[in-house]
Amino acid sequence: MWRAYLTPTTLEEALAMLAEHRGEARIIAGGTDLVLQSQQGKCPSTVMVDITRLPGLDQIAERDGYLQIGALATHGQVASSPLIRERAEVLALACGWVGGPQIRNVATLVGNVVNALPAADGAVALFALDAEAEVVNLRGRRWLPVAELYRGVGLCTIDSCVELVTALRFRALGPGQRSAYERLAPRRVLALPIVTVAAVIEIAEGRFVEARIAVGPVAPTPFRAVRAEAALVGQPVTAEVIAQAAALAAADAQPRDSATRGSREYRLDMVEALVRRALSQVMTG
Amino acid sequence: MVEIALTVNGKDVTAEVAPDEMLADLLRERLGLIGTKVGCSEGECGACTVLVDGRAVVSCLYPAAKAGGRQVTTIEGLPQDGQLHAIQQAFIDCAASQCGYCTPGMIMSAVALLAEHPRPTREQIEAGISGNLCRCTGYYQIVEAIALAAERMAGEAQHGA
Repeated sequence: MWRAYLTPTTLEEALAMLAEHRGEARIIAGGTDLVLQSQQGKCPSTVMVDITRLPGLDQIAERDGYLQIGALATHGQVASSPLIRERAEVLALACGWVGGPQIRNVATLVGNVVNALPAADGAVALFALDAEAEVVNLRGRRWLPVAELYRGVGLCTIDSCVELVTALRFRALGPGQRSAYERLAPRRVLALPIVTVAAVIEIAEGRFVEARIAVGPVAPTPFRAVRAEAALVGQPVTAEVIAQAAALAAADAQPRDSATRGSREYRLDMVEALVRRALSQVMTG
Repeated sequence: MVEIALTVNGKDVTAEVAPDEMLADLLRERLGLIGTKVGCSEGECGACTVLVDGRAVVSCLYPAAKAGGRQVTTIEGLPQDGQLHAIQQAFIDCAASQCGYCTPGMIMSAVALLAEHPRPTREQIEAGISGNLCRCTGYYQIVEAIALAAERMAGEAQHGA
């Protein structure tokens, strides 16, 4: 499956290794998805470039007005980080649902994004947080919206054979903002979700001032329910307004019938229910 | 091959590992530490749980090369001076093991749990072993055993102090 396993100690070294093995080498961090994909013959790369020894990439910190999460921060670290729990709770909640404890101790949030599956809990929360990813290659560094990294099921615009994501960043929730994460799955642990909803909401004087609602995995990529968001802003916080928005979110979902996740009809109903639940929870705090 | 140096159960070990060898295979096939079990090989069942630098990981999905420079603890590393670890003893006393296949992984998850929460609530115990499947016991005795071990370990710590 793999013919070499390389352990660079600097970012420059990692990029040089990718370049040297052009196309055959790929970045590996926690590897919990990549090992399985390789064993199942779904990943053609034969040289692994393990970035877990690069210094400083496991930090979760406030920087330049953003909360920033390094590429090596695991789901466990994010879920238990006091900074994330206090100032971007939706992401801590989402990361706490991924796999079991042993997976969360190893699997990175950035890996969750780069793997680009619509069921990725962390990614759905990052959509609601308007997060950006720092992409580094031999030409330089640039920040891109996380939502722009998704091209389809399992398809990420990041090419892990030539570049890597070194960090994620987003604005912390403001004093008037609240967040919620709702998830429906067959079991509480080690089960991929049927529907997930991440919401960041600001309410002032009984009206919705801002609404960001992300939904997965009911389309090829996680998506923002923009019509639902628009229907909330400026409106009073009432059960009717919430119900209307929930229906609009369901109207934007495009789930398939799935043997493991349920029928299309069921999942559309569940999108509506979970959006309603998330908004009600934010409302009641 | 990749040459790695690591610590396994407190002993320095050097090994030549294949690039795609998993830690579970290094431990079982080449170091003879067959206490670590391999169940699903997909990171779903937790039977292969070991500690790497004190954190529980599924060794079936953990490349052996990644363990270079790290401290690995397996079920064989728990007894001290011929005495079973308090969690092992509690598993016996509570009959928390039937076929036994999940037991080493379950105990390693419990070690990580009690290091983080020495006096865990029932919810914390359940969360701590949520990545370990048992098909025999129904978990009741396992949760009891971990609670009992926590009690005994706290008593010892107090006594020692």
